[in-house]
Amino acid sequence: MCTTCGCGGHDATIDGKPMYRPAHAHTHADAITHGPPHHHGHDAHGHFHADGTWHGRAYEVPHAHAGPLGAAHAPGTAEARIVQVEADLLAKNDALAAANRRLLAERGIFALNLVSSPGSGKTTLLVRTIEAWRGRSPVVVIEGDQQTSFDADRIRATGAPAVQINTGKGCHLDAMMVGRALAELDPAPGSLALIENVGNLVCPAAFDLGEAHKVVILSVTEGEDKPLKYPDMFGAADLMLVSKVDLAPYVNFDIAKAVAYAHRVRPGLEVIEVSATTGAGFDRWLAWLERGIAAAATRRDGDVEALKARVADLESKLAAFAGGARI
Amino acid sequence: MHEMALAESMLEIVEATARKHGATRVSAVRLEIGALSHVAIDALRFCFDAVTRGSLAEGAALEIDATPGEAWCMPCGERVALAQRGDPCPRCGSFQLTVTRGDEMRVRDIAIA
Repeated sequence: MCTTCGCGGHDATIDGKPMYRPAHAHTHADAITHGPPHHHGHDAHGHFHADGTWHGRAYEVPHAHAGPLGAAHAPGTAEARIVQVEADLLAKNDALAAANRRLLAERGIFALNLVSSPGSGKTTLLVRTIEAWRGRSPVVVIEGDQQTSFDADRIRATGAPAVQINTGKGCHLDAMMVGRALAELDPAPGSLALIENVGNLVCPAAFDLGEAHKVVILSVTEGEDKPLKYPDMFGAADLMLVSKVDLAPYVNFDIAKAVAYAHRVRPGLEVIEVSATTGAGFDRWLAWLERGIAAAATRRDGDVEALKARVADLESKLAAFAGGARI
Repeated sequence: MHEMALAESMLEIVEATARKHGATRVSAVRLEIGALSHVAIDALRFCFDAVTRGSLAEGAALEIDATPGEAWCMPCGERVALAQRGDPCPRCGSFQLTVTRGDEMRVRDIAIA
């Protein structure tokens, strides 16, 4: 595990039990503590500028896609073979996320990945949501934090099943963790599954968990410019909850401006203003959840109908075949 | 700082490819990283050096091909350059943009011996 940035995630636990066996040796912990990151100047490796332009190595052909690796490394690597790979860095996570998504679809479960800064009030919002949701459909919750089971404990106090993923030094949930958590929870068909990601507006943006939507929560006690500061996350979300709106009269938070900024990075992003303290906006938020649950059920019913039709078709073919064979 | 996780995924891909081709050493790795992807290049380089230590790819050169950002602008009805998310269309100033290119994070090829 990297002691500096710590994002390997290999000491992650689920309800306190270890989740991983290390896949390969991790010698980098020592290496990283040996010194500060070395600087890569113009000549050594090339770099991005703040405006996004790239300066390559001095000897590279001066455009981005400069032919195969061998061309750039010709001196001294004449015997090296170049192997085409063309693999996405997130391919493994994306495959696991797809498996989660399949499982959720088969059960008609509506799953949300809730993301925000630490302290936006995610857990309080979830507790209030679970209480208000009572009687509609089963709810399960997956909690992600570096340490402690405080959040899962708060959720369990509502009576909803919850598992706590502790990411250790990790800064985000990934699809494997959520897959394990879903296996533990074994949610009933038609459930609402709420995944509370690690409080972090950067890293979770990159990791698909298999959810139907990312829901980003921005509280009025933060800055209204966060959508522009963290565009990846707001760009990846399908709904923004502006939370703690009961505090809006006491803080300098311009909701209209926050929404306008969010629409710059995610045109058309749906926005609901809520307060877990007063319940303001919960009618809209619950209605949004109801639509999601209904859509998940419709899709599942559609799949079931399609399967039934296929089974009926195959059975009739089988009957015709068997009948034909008898004759 | 999820670059450590990305670097570890990269190493898995690189080592699996190298082993499949019977390589004993990886001398270079070339990535394609989009200008709009979820990667801080400096952090990724740092993590690359860290995770490759003791692996087939120890000491390998890391090449990064940059893909420029590009988006579909609704008002213009065409593709335009986009330096970073949250920027307006360079032609009409609209924010009605959908990213079409520049969020790649891929291993393109590796040099093995």
